[in-house]
Amino acid sequence: MIQADLTVILPEIVLALFALLALVAAVYTGKDKLGPTLVWVTAALMLLLGLWIGTAPAGTQEAFGGMFINDGFARFAKVVILLSAALVLVMSQEYMSRRGILRFEYPVLVALGVVGMLVMVSAGDLMTLYMGLELQSLALYVVAALRRDSVKSTEAGLKYFVLGALSSGLLLYGASLVYGYAGTTLFSGIIQTAQHGEVSIGLLFGLVFLISGLAFKVSAVPFHMWTPDVYEGSPTPVTVFFATAPKMAAMGMLARLLFDAFGNAIPDWSQVIAVLSLLSMFVGSVAAIGQRDIKRLMAYSSITHMGFALMGLASGTVFGVQSMLIYMAIYVTMNIGTFAFILMMEKDGKPVTDINALNMYSKREPGKALAMLVLMFSMAGVPPMLGFFGKFYVLRAAYEGGLAWLAIAGVVASVIAAFYYLRIVYFMYFGKDGEELDTHRSPVLWLLLTASAVVMVAGIVNMFGVDGAAAAAAATLLN
Amino acid sequence: MIGLEHYLTVAATLFVIGIFGLFLNRKNVIILLMSIELILLSVNINFVAFSSFLHDMAGQVFTLFVLTVAAAEAAIGLAILVCFFRNRGTIAVEDVNVMKG
Repeated sequence: MIQADLTVILPEIVLALFALLALVAAVYTGKDKLGPTLVWVTAALMLLLGLWIGTAPAGTQEAFGGMFINDGFARFAKVVILLSAALVLVMSQEYMSRRGILRFEYPVLVALGVVGMLVMVSAGDLMTLYMGLELQSLALYVVAALRRDSVKSTEAGLKYFVLGALSSGLLLYGASLVYGYAGTTLFSGIIQTAQHGEVSIGLLFGLVFLISGLAFKVSAVPFHMWTPDVYEGSPTPVTVFFATAPKMAAMGMLARLLFDAFGNAIPDWSQVIAVLSLLSMFVGSVAAIGQRDIKRLMAYSSITHMGFALMGLASGTVFGVQSMLIYMAIYVTMNIGTFAFILMMEKDGKPVTDINALNMYSKREPGKALAMLVLMFSMAGVPPMLGFFGKFYVLRAAYEGGLAWLAIAGVVASVIAAFYYLRIVYFMYFGKDGEELDTHRSPVLWLLLTASAVVMVAGIVNMFGVDGAAAAAAATLLN
Repeated sequence: MIGLEHYLTVAATLFVIGIFGLFLNRKNVIILLMSIELILLSVNINFVAFSSFLHDMAGQVFTLFVLTVAAAEAAIGLAILVCFFRNRGTIAVEDVNVMKG
């Protein structure tokens, strides 16, 4: 019995054991000298685990009496999380080594955070959900403050910690109310309570608290205040990490909670999610216009993207979940490419984040500027880039789910958002001659930037089968 | 007779005090940590009260998890705060403002 349970969570156990062993080994041997090796080993392990989970036979397994669910939905999210975390580690190594901030704790913390994310998307119980979420959050608070000697980085860590702890508190209060009114913490039990006639007011209260706690984690407006500061203050490789894997994990967890535990109360939460989505899209788009710092700009951009992903969830249908998964997969790919570009922006060896520094970039680096142009068009949702299809799917899901007003608002918001993406392109191609950035040759970053841009163009043929996988994953969540 | 609703009222009051402590306090980051602790502990009262009311152990198990996580969270919060203090020389909430968000 216990053996069967352990088999289901074997990938998580492997990664957690690896993180612990790596920590002890590094402390007793070379300490920070081991940093680069450890980064590559961790990335390789995550890649292998991603392949393992991705090629695992289909089907739903439950462990520990339904507290941990490994179904197609969880596997899709896990593959995205593991692959993006591995790529982020690969991207960070050179940048952090050069600046002397590659401590051996970094890969260990990322690995532990990823374990938390894997548990989050597989949670079948409020307790598992909470423990996964906290494991992820605690690791993230520390990596945000990774640069211990910088005011900005520690301030980012402090802000993230205080607001993250507040959101955990809201989520827990919701969990306690749901437990009290449903009589159980198991999702499968909660959904049965909702089946017997009306959803009680206590349960609804709990649901709203749970959603607001999770909205913090996906940085949906009005719970987005931490995002720009944390993105700006953290070291850039950490910002990439924040923008990719945790977002997928939180979105996956939100979807699982809403459909597995409250699948009988779709009209009750659909409107809440729709409002969050609407606000995120507009606040994210409008607030980004005034930003000159590219990391803050990406923060608002990610808020907007989360709004679109939530739109898929708000529709409350299988197709909505599928569109959310596709959107997140595309979003993560785009962000990795864009941040590979941002990591390469430097002047005299120092990182530059002002978008004015991109003036006439295309003259000096036509290849990179072209790749960035493709990515920016894709982020803005200009056809025929892949980003357009992501938006198209969620808009269709919203329309078919009876939220036509939300779909229209989404189109308007994406037009507003296009302004600041296109402004970056404008600076690169038509800006004034100004200060010049270093010509920076990092093969890894260059490869990731190019690969991401190629995916945005080549993916329009068949999306590399991601939409089929997402459809299968969404179908398992709703059964 | 003290019933479930009394416990829930106390927990809700503590929860709200904690939230207000987070938002109204302009003085000291340590007070923020205390407010966070207050929020988590009010949730624990909720869990234990429901657990006893429902005759179900899950709530008390959850409480133990919350307590453990709260301890870890406080440790990490203080560690980050120490780093911040070393760089900035102050832990006043008003001075956590290098970045404007």
